[in-house]
Amino acid sequence: MNDRFEIPARLRNTSLGLIAVGVLVLIIGGVTKLGGDHYEQTRFWLVLLQTSVFFLLMAVASIFIQAAASLAQGGWIVAYKRIPEAIGANVWVFGLIAGIILMCVAFVFSVDGHNPIYHWVHPEGDKLLEGKSAFLNPAMFAGFTIVTIALWSFFGHKFRALSIAQESAPKNSTKIYWNMVKWSAGFLLVYALTQMSTTPWMWIMSIDAHWYSTMFSWYTFSSAFVSGMSVILLFVVYLKNQGNLEIVNKEHVHDLGKFMFAFSIFWTYTWFAQYMLIWYSNIPEETTYFKMRQQGPYSMIWYSVFIINFIMPILILMARPSKRNYFTVSFMALVIIFGHWLDFYIMTMPGPLGSHWTLGWYELGILAGFAGLMMFTVSRTLTKASLVPNNHPLLKEAILHQS
Amino acid sequence: MAIKKFAVACYDDEEVLFPAVKKVRNSGYKLHDVYTPFPVHGLDGALGLKETDLHVAGFIYGIAGTCTAVGFMSWIFMSDWPVNFGGKPHFSLPAFIPITFELTVLFAAVGMVLTFCYLNQIMPGVKKHVFHPRQSDDLFVVALEINEQVSEQEVTDFLKSTGAVETSIQIAESEWWYGRFDKDEPYQQYKTVNG
Repeated sequence: MNDRFEIPARLRNTSLGLIAVGVLVLIIGGVTKLGGDHYEQTRFWLVLLQTSVFFLLMAVASIFIQAAASLAQGGWIVAYKRIPEAIGANVWVFGLIAGIILMCVAFVFSVDGHNPIYHWVHPEGDKLLEGKSAFLNPAMFAGFTIVTIALWSFFGHKFRALSIAQESAPKNSTKIYWNMVKWSAGFLLVYALTQMSTTPWMWIMSIDAHWYSTMFSWYTFSSAFVSGMSVILLFVVYLKNQGNLEIVNKEHVHDLGKFMFAFSIFWTYTWFAQYMLIWYSNIPEETTYFKMRQQGPYSMIWYSVFIINFIMPILILMARPSKRNYFTVSFMALVIIFGHWLDFYIMTMPGPLGSHWTLGWYELGILAGFAGLMMFTVSRTLTKASLVPNNHPLLKEAILHQS
Repeated sequence: MAIKKFAVACYDDEEVLFPAVKKVRNSGYKLHDVYTPFPVHGLDGALGLKETDLHVAGFIYGIAGTCTAVGFMSWIFMSDWPVNFGGKPHFSLPAFIPITFELTVLFAAVGMVLTFCYLNQIMPGVKKHVFHPRQSDDLFVVALEINEQVSEQEVTDFLKSTGAVETSIQIAESEWWYGRFDKDEPYQQYKTVNG
């Protein structure tokens, strides 16, 4: 069995090329935008914030699916277990980048003594922000960000280490398997207290510091999770096309497709639930958020996000044959990742930029850079161990899996 | 209404059942159906059953529910009895969405259950011939459809060779009927060849 992965030259060149594009765009953007007016400077940081946080949350979703599958004793994921593991083991890379950007945005970026992105850095004179300052203050932000990213990176690394240790464990030993279940329970606790509640408040919702929504974290989680499953699926299909992962077949791809389909609908549910309650109660300080997005300058993106993230998945992925077709699911995975990147765009941009938004070379270049980084780091980690977890207790169940 | 002749074989283990079903399908005898006390995973594949189109029916019922909900609510709130709710427009799509969703689910669910019952010919009061009383207890029952040209001895021997613990030749109703088992079963003859 071909269970060792070697990075093909084409993948290496593509990923390094994308990273180079990203770095080039970052440098040109830094030169042209940081010297411009305050909208240009805000855009420079905001796009970095949006894309880095999106990729970080998407990578953390891989740790979540491992933990969830481990606790539910799900066998089917074992067939391509190394891929979520490799993505999870690289959370530290995206965490480091996102952490640096978040710190720069909160502490370095400032125009005329105030922070255009995180208004709460200087709450003086604003009653609402002063009231929220027990939670939204620079020290809390820094400490929280560092602790969260450190915990995520630790768990991503730990899950991979446990799984690799299983390879050299005695045959049929389940000690590490149960160990993994315990660590998974720990991770779910951490995940519930970070990604599913506080982290999106801190990093994204606080851009519109006067507004709040209790659905926001669920909404962000569903976005991150469905894109995370799409990334896993893209790697599965890629490795399959390379002749690796022989034990993975249409049944596994079908189930990943079901996840993409189901969580696209779950995303719509949270998206709409957040919108409808605010629309219905019609309180001015809450509706301003959607006034800008739905009827203001962003309405085109608002409706495209709805079409890309709901209408397309529900119509294209609903039928069984399309979930079992490698081309359709890969295409939909790319569409979903782009759609949710746009969703993060519309979460971050309207507050600071107002009608001065663009979606051009800078935004797409940064997206390309992060995509290249994801391809490069994950495929490099994949080469370091056998792609088939040969000694895993559930391996047989995974091979025989029927969706 | 069709009275037909069946060769019936009973197996006491699903490990025996799978190879037996395979042999029966390869033998050229016409397989009527297999009755099991519990859902056996993979048996539909072994029987070569095709995927049903039940989900297509479900999709159509769902769309019907969506159209009913949106159409009905639009008619009520726009023309039949327009009411001003907090200054909102009469055609307030966001407010319609939850009810539209619920009706979509309701139509799809109820429609699919009824379609399922129709496809499987099950309803309260609808009866079908029971090939063996223990087919809902602990026996896996395979029924072959045969005719007068098939030698009863030959098919019995064949079924015994696949591991059947009990075989019989039965002449019975192959379709459903409405009524009671004891009085209303139109025709039934049961005989065992060679013990």
